[in-house]
Formats: sequence, C-alpha cells, structure tokens
Amino acid sequence: MIKQKSEASIESTSSESTQIIKSNLNKINLSQSDYVGGKSTLCTGCGHDSVTQQIIKAYFQSGVNPFQVVKISGIGCSSKTPAYLMNQAHGFNTIHGRMAPIATGVKVANHHLQILGISGDGDTASIGLGSFIHMIRRNLPIIYIVENNGVYGLTKGQFSATADAESIKKGGERNLFTAIDLCSLALELGCSFVARSFSGDSKQLVPLIDAAIRHNGTALIDVISPCITFANHEGSTKSYDAVKSHNHHLQELGFVQPQEPLLVDYEEGSYQTVKLVDGSVLILKKIESHLHDITDLQAAKNALNNSKQKNEILTGLFYWNQNCTHLIDRLHLSSTPLVQLTEKELRPKEEDFHQTLSQWK
Amino acid sequence: MISSEPVRMKENRVNDFTVQIATINGSGSQSANQILVRTLFRMGIPVGGKNLFPSNIQGLPTWFTIRAHPEGFVGRKNEQDIVITLNPSTALSDQKFVSSNGLFLYNSECALPSHKMRSDIISISIPFRQLSQEATESVKARKLLQNMIYVGLIAQILQLKWEVLEQTVRDQLGNKAELIQSNLKAITIGLNWAKQNLPSEFLNKFTAKEVPEGNDQYVLIDGNTTAALGLIYGGCTFASWYPITPSSSVMENLAGFSQKWRKDKAGHSTLAIIQAEDELAAVAMALGAGWTGARAVTATSGPGLSLMAETAGLAYYAEIPLVIWEVQRAGPSTGLPTRTQQSDVLFAAKLSHGDSKHILLFPSNPEEHFSFGQVAFDLAETLQTLVIVMSDLDLGMNFHRSKKWPYPTQPYARGKVLSADELTLRGKFERYSDVDNDGRTYRTLPGTEHPLAAYFTRGTGHDEQSRYSEDPEVYRTNLDRLNKKWENAKKWVPQPQISQTHDTDSAILCYGSTDIIINEVLNLLAQQNLKMNSICLKSYPFPRSVEEFISQHQTIYVVEQNRDAQMKTLLTEEYPQYTTRFKSILCYDGWPITAHFVTQNIFPKKGI
Repeated sequence: MIKQKSEASIESTSSESTQIIKSNLNKINLSQSDYVGGKSTLCTGCGHDSVTQQIIKAYFQSGVNPFQVVKISGIGCSSKTPAYLMNQAHGFNTIHGRMAPIATGVKVANHHLQILGISGDGDTASIGLGSFIHMIRRNLPIIYIVENNGVYGLTKGQFSATADAESIKKGGERNLFTAIDLCSLALELGCSFVARSFSGDSKQLVPLIDAAIRHNGTALIDVISPCITFANHEGSTKSYDAVKSHNHHLQELGFVQPQEPLLVDYEEGSYQTVKLVDGSVLILKKIESHLHDITDLQAAKNALNNSKQKNEILTGLFYWNQNCTHLIDRLHLSSTPLVQLTEKELRPKEEDFHQTLSQWK
Repeated sequence: MISSEPVRMKENRVNDFTVQIATINGSGSQSANQILVRTLFRMGIPVGGKNLFPSNIQGLPTWFTIRAHPEGFVGRKNEQDIVITLNPSTALSDQKFVSSNGLFLYNSECALPSHKMRSDIISISIPFRQLSQEATESVKARKLLQNMIYVGLIAQILQLKWEVLEQTVRDQLGNKAELIQSNLKAITIGLNWAKQNLPSEFLNKFTAKEVPEGNDQYVLIDGNTTAALGLIYGGCTFASWYPITPSSSVMENLAGFSQKWRKDKAGHSTLAIIQAEDELAAVAMALGAGWTGARAVTATSGPGLSLMAETAGLAYYAEIPLVIWEVQRAGPSTGLPTRTQQSDVLFAAKLSHGDSKHILLFPSNPEEHFSFGQVAFDLAETLQTLVIVMSDLDLGMNFHRSKKWPYPTQPYARGKVLSADELTLRGKFERYSDVDNDGRTYRTLPGTEHPLAAYFTRGTGHDEQSRYSEDPEVYRTNLDRLNKKWENAKKWVPQPQISQTHDTDSAILCYGSTDIIINEVLNLLAQQNLKMNSICLKSYPFPRSVEEFISQHQTIYVVEQNRDAQMKTLLTEEYPQYTTRFKSILCYDGWPITAHFVTQNIFPKKGI
C-alpha cells in the first residue's frame, strides 16, 4: 500500500480551498442547498429520487454555476425529476421522446449553456430512439442520464424496450422481446462517453456525473433505477434485489475535485488516474486482474458483451473519448452565442440587398 | 411539314401569348425554359413561368408554361398559343392545350395519326434529332441540346431580341465558354430552321416586343428564394429541417445566403442550419432554440407538418416563439408532392390536439415571401407563440414577377424578455403572470445571471409561476388568457390587401397564390360589366378590417385551391352572422388556378 499525492493536487490544496470545503461552500461559494429543487412527487423509495440526490451532490461538488445550466427532460416519471433539483437553473419538461432534439436547439442557440438531460427508458429507447441515435451521431454536448427501470411507470407498469426478455411483469406476464441495451447501442454509434450505474450506488454514480460534467460531447449515463411500484417483484430483472445480486463493477471509481487533496492508497499498477483540464482527477481502480482501458472502444464493447453472456449487469465507465469533436465545433459557430447576436450583426447591408435583387432577372 | 391547312392569320398579338413546352423529366430542359422566360423578362415584358413537374427524377412527363401579358396577367391559362412537344408519350394529349389558331410544334419522332390531329390549329413536325446532330457530334450532348433547339424555334417565332437572348444564355450557363458556344450554336440551328421552314405569316402571329425599362423596377424570382433571403434579413439564427418537396429549396437557399452574409469577423457562422433526422426532430430543435432566445425556423410541407403537430401544441401552450415555413402541396397523404394546393389551411390553423390555434401568414408574391420572414419572427417573439407561414408550391417554386421592394429598416421586435438588470429593478418575476393585462407575459432566457431568472417550462398544466398545477380554476384562467392574447394578436398581424373602388355589394376574397389571378378575374368581370371589389387575406386570425369589408358586401366569392373550402370554414367560424354571404370557388386538381376557372364559376352559363 502506498500513499501518493499527485501533481494536480499540490496546486489545489491551498489553505483557501481547504477552508471552502470546511465551510460547506463550493468553489463558487454556493452551498449544497443552492442545488436543490422542489419536493418530489414520485413514489416513496423510487430509484429516481436517489439519482436526483447524486446529481445534486455532483453539481455542488463540481461547483457548476446553476444559472448556466439547462435541465431538460421528455415525458415519464424520470422526466419529472428536473423539477426536484437545481431550482436556480432554467428547466424544460418537454414532450415524449423529443428531449434530444429540443436540447440540441438549446445548446446550439447558446453554446455557453450546460445541458443536463434526464430521460427514461420509454422516452429514450422507444419513442425517442431515433432522436437519441442522431444526437449521439452529432455528439451533442449534453449529460444524458437515463433513469432506466424497464417499465412505463406513469401508465402503470407496461414493459419498456429495455425490459429483459422473459422478465416478468407485476401481473405475471412474460416479456416476449429482447431488450435494447442503450450502452451497447451508444458504443456502436461511437458515443464519446458511455457509462452505467445503479441508483443505489452513490459511490459510483457521483464520480461518473462528476466526470460527465467535464466531458465535451454526449455523455450517456444509463442508470438502473428500480421502480418500487411496478418492477420490484421477483422475476423483474431491474428490481433492487436483482440489480444488487447481478451488479458487477467494471472498476472502482473515485473523483477528486480540483480543490481536494489527491490521496491514493491503492497498490501500484492497480489503478489509473485521468487528469482533467480543470485540475480534477478521475481515479479508476481495477477490480479483477485486468484494468479496463476506458479509451479503448473495442475493449468496452467486449466487456459489455462478456457481461451479458454471464448474465451480469456491468456498471462503471465503459468508454471516454476526451479528444472528440462535438456538434458545436462542427457547425463552426460564432464564438458569441447565437442568442446574443444583435440586429446589426444579423441584417446584411443595404448594398448587398440591392445587388441581390438586381441579379434576379 | 405543315399537316393542316394554314389557318387564316388573325391579328398579331404583341406581348400577349402563352407558351407550353412538354419534355421528359430529367432531360435537362430546365435551363432552356429559364433562358426563355428570363429573356422575355429582360426585354421588359411582364411574364411568368410555371413548372408543372412530376414526382420523379427521370422519365415522367413534365411541362413548362410561360405567359406574357402587357397588363401583367401572368397567371396560368389553360389555352396555350404555342405548344412544343418533345415527349412522344404526351404528344397527342398535348394538342388539347393548343388554343384555337395556335401553333403545335411536335417532335417528328412522335407518331401522330393524321385522323387524330386537330384541324383548328397549325401543327408542325420538327426534326429535333436531326437538328441536334447538326449541333454537336457528341451523342451525349445531343439530348441536352435538343432543348436549345426549341429555344431557337421560339426565339424566331416570337422574334426575341438576339442580344438579350445571348446575354441570358451566358448568365445562365456561367463561365463555361465551350458550353456557351455549343448552346448558342444549337439555338441558331433552331432559329434558322424556323426561318427557312415556317411560313412568314406564321412568324408575325405572336410577337415579343421590347419594352424599354419595362421591368427595371421588377424582379423575376421564385418565392422559396426570397423566403430564404427574408429569413436572413429577418434575423434568423437557427434553422432545422428535413428534406421535403416543395420546401427543400427554402433551406438550400438559406444555406447559400448564409455562406455569403452570415459569417462573423472570424469567419464563423451566425446562423446554424441542421438537417434533422425527421420532422419531429426538426421542429423540436427549432422549438428548443426559440425557447433559448434564437430566431428559429423550420421549413416543411404537408406530411412534415403532420409530424410537427405535437410540438406545435407545446409552442402554443408553453408560449414559445417558433416559426414554421410551410410550402403546401397537394394532399391528402403523400398526394401529389409536386403539385400545388392550399389544402393545409384548416389543419395548420388548429395544428395539435386540445384547444390549439396558431397565427398563420399568407404571402402571395415574392416580396411578401421576403418581408414575412421578419414579420413571422417579430410576431412569434412578440406573441411568444408559433407562427406558420403558408406558402405553396406555385408561389414557392415558380417564377413570379414582383415589384422591387425597399431595404428593410424596421427594428426586430423581440417581445417581452427580461434581462438580469430588469429583474433587479422589478424584484419579481412570474413567467405567466399577465402583469400588463394584454395576455402577453414576460420571459427570461436561460443563462440569465439572476436568482429570479429561472423558471420551469412545461407542457403540463401550470400556474402563473409555471409550477405544475391541476387546479381547475388555474387551468381555465390560463386558457382564457391565451385567448385574450389571441384577440390582441389581431392588432399585430398583417392587414389584408383591399381593393374597394366600386360601389357594389359583391366581392372576391382570395389569399396566397390565388391572388396571382385576381386582377385578371376582375378585368374579365369588368368586360361583362360586372364590377367587384376584392380582398386578399394576409393572416389568421383576421384583423378587424376583414369583418368591416365583409359587412359591406352581400356576396363574397371565396376563391381557394382546396376541396373543402377551408378558409371559408375559418371565416364562417369567426363571422357566423355572415355565413350565407360566402360562396366558394374551389380548384383542387393540383395545377395552379386560372382566371377563367373563377369567372366560369361566377357565371357558369356565360362562359367568360
């Protein structure tokens, strides 16, 4: 066992930042209570409420300015949750399956905004699947959290497209069709950040959201989030018990904020640190003999395939391409957000106008 | 060569004729047709051109019609004075278009049995293949150059001014010297053939006579092009779309103009254009951008509009600025994708479920396609709602002569948007609170650095603070406020164009592309001593002036290009007291309406 301090941590362990942590304020002097939202109206014990808490924690820890965040969702239980966090951020509960394109419009109109998208398995894997795929193709900068429970909760328990084949509905009916695995699909499309976690696993989920906040591109986090009312029975493969007994971690995750000291007590060779531009560090610790390389797309696909064959629910950070080109880059947009452009910059000159008309003959 | 007895020549018709050219789609006739219509325009003659094309890339029949008229009546006419048919598959039926005493020039490869030839027209067989062989040795080029041969024939028949024709060919074909030479050669071959083979009196039948400065104050252009330019000048910063005929060229032109005029000092774009995966996404992207504060548009046609319905309801209910530029085609279903209609009016007006209704704008010429770009954005932001611009294929894709319009100087109307400073001054912000008592509420844009700025937009029931609410009173009050805003919108929307010069109790009501033939209709009626006033609607809801006009007339002929009298339905809904005054005249075969169609419906027996 060794104790190590990284270079990154040396700069950030000033007395000032240590004080900030002590006084329960983050780097922009906000407390965690500045990141909370309205009261949840979901069922008591809903996995989604846990996810909400992890999001609040991660955004607070990372010191994200809520004024610059847009919370966006589609329709479903999961899509209600943006109302339960970050009240100081603009929010938009849109329509079923259209979160991705509406978020695309928001981000392109003002690329300074950070988009937090929260969707569900019905919203993403069924009615919004086409838009989900094309969002990944474009590499829209967004944190896209799927609160995945395999059922349509608001319409009382129908199977969704992520429900496993042969899993059993509350009334006893078996699911006839194979599940769409959103992480496998995203990897196939070359999504630049792909992770899976479990709503009850704050130790894993918070670092994942922390890392996703630093990503410039589509960051998909597929969170298995059991439905306490319609899918927590025996035979459901997304119940608390089923997830707990089949959950297999790809790696152990730790995230160190810029102002925190980096104290690593793992055995040499058993961990990997990813230093990020803002000085934060993602720590990935191997679990079995092999340390998964998160920059290796093929390895990510293999890991997911292997886990499926073993009937495991693999969680962790599968893939991260930090050097990707995203939608805003590709559109070659003005550095001034489009919404801030004035009439003077938008309306062409009078001589150009007359010249154009004179050509129409 | 002349298959019927030469008919005695009547008076020479100067700048008053119709020409129809029948070709096969994909044979490259578009540039030949444009050269003809542009040459006439540059000679100062009032002229218009319509492409009656199939939903096909290659092989199906296509027609191009040109109409010149000294008084500017350039709407479509059924009777064609000169018909040229290159297409053997339509040659026989193309005869039916020829006006009595008109000219029918057909490809000699069309086998036309003599007993099926009309005797009241002059039919002439033209050896297109042989002439194109003279024009070029390239087998590949021959087919294309056949089109220039007919340009030459028409140039000789109409006596087009050579210098103007030559310059038009050069402008049309760009800087390709070799191409210009071979095309001019083919035109000359056609011209000489006509000179040597057509009887001389034939050449004086229809004449294009130059009108000095006749079109100096006009442009010849299609609506989709001026729409794109209008969106640029109107401050568009975001456009998302999915390709669909006949609206695609709005976005393609927008992209072209954007390359030219929408680069900042660093060379980066001030207009984002995204081709979406479908119309569901196209309209959703524009809605997201509009919510964020961009001037956002999507363009589409009927089937695409169907897919946009759900988002339209969200824009209405959550009060988000959004513009849909709709270029109507013939429906229902896939219908006739390349033919024109005004059959989406009712659907667009109430697009989406629930009590949704939307501002509609009806441009009726290229100038309005330009100016309604900014008008649509101004209204969408002023009223925080969806505005649908209702163009159609005839307006959008055909060539129209339009008076040049001035450079726009009207400032953009951005509506009620509160900045961080204004929030500090007010000390309070509620997204849907009617503080000005006009139904129009204030919004803040995402990214506004102020603790009061944020609100949560939702398509679910919401109170004044945009919190979720199922309270019956809250819900009803909100819907009533939306109606109050709707009533107020009548003050903001464009006024109708009214011509009320006669002391008469009858009038014609039109909108959009039916306006093209209205002056001709009024003229034809005047010839029968029937004087009528006219009104051309520009918007829905209808401003007060519409009711005033209707109240002053006992009979109002509502001219529309749809089967179900859709505008009349909206009018009778708005003015139930005047229901019996409206008489429908409905054209819905997919081809642009003619003036005679209208007059025949007003006077079924007179046949004028």
